[in-house]
Amino acid sequence: MKLIFGRPQSLKDMETHFCPGCHHGITHRLVAEAIDAHGLRSSTIGVASVGCSVFLYNYFDIDVVESPHGRAPAVATGVKRARPDRFVFTYQGDGDLAAIGTAEIIHAANRGEDISVIFVNNTTYGMTGGQMAPTTMIGQKTSTTPYGRNRDKEGGPIRMAELLAQLDGVAYSARVAVNSPKNVIQAGKVISTAFRYQAEGRGFSFVEVLAACPTNWGMQPLKANARVADEMIPCFPLGVCKNTAEL
Amino acid sequence: MKKPTSDRVFVKGNEAVAMAAIEAGCRYYFGYPITPQSEIPEYLSRELPRLGGEFIQAESEIASINMLLGAAATGVRCMTSSSGPGISLKQEGISYLAGAELPGVIVDIMRSGPGLGGIDPSQADYWQATRGGGHGGYRIIVLAPASVQEMYDLTMLAFDLSDSYRIPVMVLADAMIGQMKESIVCRPRPAAELPAKSWAVRGRQEGQPQNVVRSLHLGDGEMEAFHWQMQARYCLVAEKECRWQEHRTDDAELIVTAFGSTARIAHTAVEMAREAGMAVGLMRPVTLFPFPSDACRKLSERCGRFLVMELSTGQMVDDVRLAVRCGTSVDFYGRPPGAGSLPTPEELFEQIGRVYRAGAL
Repeated sequence: MKLIFGRPQSLKDMETHFCPGCHHGITHRLVAEAIDAHGLRSSTIGVASVGCSVFLYNYFDIDVVESPHGRAPAVATGVKRARPDRFVFTYQGDGDLAAIGTAEIIHAANRGEDISVIFVNNTTYGMTGGQMAPTTMIGQKTSTTPYGRNRDKEGGPIRMAELLAQLDGVAYSARVAVNSPKNVIQAGKVISTAFRYQAEGRGFSFVEVLAACPTNWGMQPLKANARVADEMIPCFPLGVCKNTAEL
Repeated sequence: MKKPTSDRVFVKGNEAVAMAAIEAGCRYYFGYPITPQSEIPEYLSRELPRLGGEFIQAESEIASINMLLGAAATGVRCMTSSSGPGISLKQEGISYLAGAELPGVIVDIMRSGPGLGGIDPSQADYWQATRGGGHGGYRIIVLAPASVQEMYDLTMLAFDLSDSYRIPVMVLADAMIGQMKESIVCRPRPAAELPAKSWAVRGRQEGQPQNVVRSLHLGDGEMEAFHWQMQARYCLVAEKECRWQEHRTDDAELIVTAFGSTARIAHTAVEMAREAGMAVGLMRPVTLFPFPSDACRKLSERCGRFLVMELSTGQMVDDVRLAVRCGTSVDFYGRPPGAGSLPTPEELFEQIGRVYRAGAL
């Protein structure tokens, strides 16, 4: 029998701890496919951050350094400077990257570190139980915004892909979603491009992935998936914000 | 600046740290400007690129310690440096280094505090350094140089100790030693048998195990097992790595105990006391963790009076009191750090006389 679809080599044969309908699983797969496609498995060092994504090393069959909360871009900087011949990526959530780690992401991007960042934006702190994130949308109810996020009090959602695109050191910045087959295919292409740019030494590459968190949104998986299209994409437009190869 | 050779050079304490780091094979430095340690990053920003190394002035102390964490995870020798306010910020990363069993050298050129404090010499960060300033319960090795030569020698030693035990090592000096210029001999890196860093992340090769550098332990019993393993290692360090210096303690009826800058001043005061006919000796801890407790206890079995001197209101004195034999009298003289509070030898001599005469009654 001919095998026409299988597990990427960079992923282990393991069940994940992710909730039903969570988009981390799809995103993990896309990252693993891109690592395989570029033949980077044996030269990859991943940096896991704090949150649901910390168990990266349980699912990816690669060497991994675990980072303190928000510091993954700084840790990745240390890894890459010491091992410039390695492929280095971070995988971070929105609380990690856009709140506690704001300084680290902006300055790693601004230095143009040759690293790739996968930013999973599900508008909430998943691991700690659904608190307000810097990307929580206006009016969105979370466990710490029970009346909905109020722009006057909590500010609005931060759009990281656009923000980082302003910095000289950024070679590539894009936002994708994985809520439909079409978007998954597009997301795979974008992640692959980001990884290729690092391999080519073009500088910092950033991919924001809009993701559903059914458990903390209090939604059935299908409804949560629909919310990505109905509410998130209008708030966080998909597309490539910056591509230095096309400048 | 002269390249480190076996010749004598006349340098600042901070420069000696940077020179020793290079000689020790450290090619990766991550830091943030803060007085009174800025000569260290300045020196290394000039020298490391010439040697094929990397210097990064990070966006914060937090970022710099985490860059060190990333570099250390790949197995290279790396260093960061700061002073009180910055060392406080680094505590997060130091706790993670300890949790992930990563080696790394952290230099703390103490200034006065709390808060923004001042830029004067201080020894008031003894507790922060020796008790593990971050969360979770861990130890780091703490070395306390008392001269520019020791800034060089102990920085060199710090890298070997850190690699040997997979424990972060702090070189704890103060503004005076950091800024002071002295003539030193730049000894070449000593030969040392160090364990291979098979745990480092390198990119997983076929047939090799996956390497994960982490401090998260959620499984039943995992965290406890980690703590017991580290506890055993800390005990081994305490058994093998205690360092201290004794001066004229053989016949002493009063032992002065001091570290770092204060030990330099106390040394002169002890000499003055000897000239005045008082049988006084000096015991200077060089490692603050592990604290030379056995050495203190042995001295206390023969000499029942100690006088601890510090540039603080009393921190190391706790360790001396814990170490000495029951019934030993432990006096303390110290001044809080800050502009103008550095004691003179005459001042310490007077205190030695006061305690000595009280004991003779």
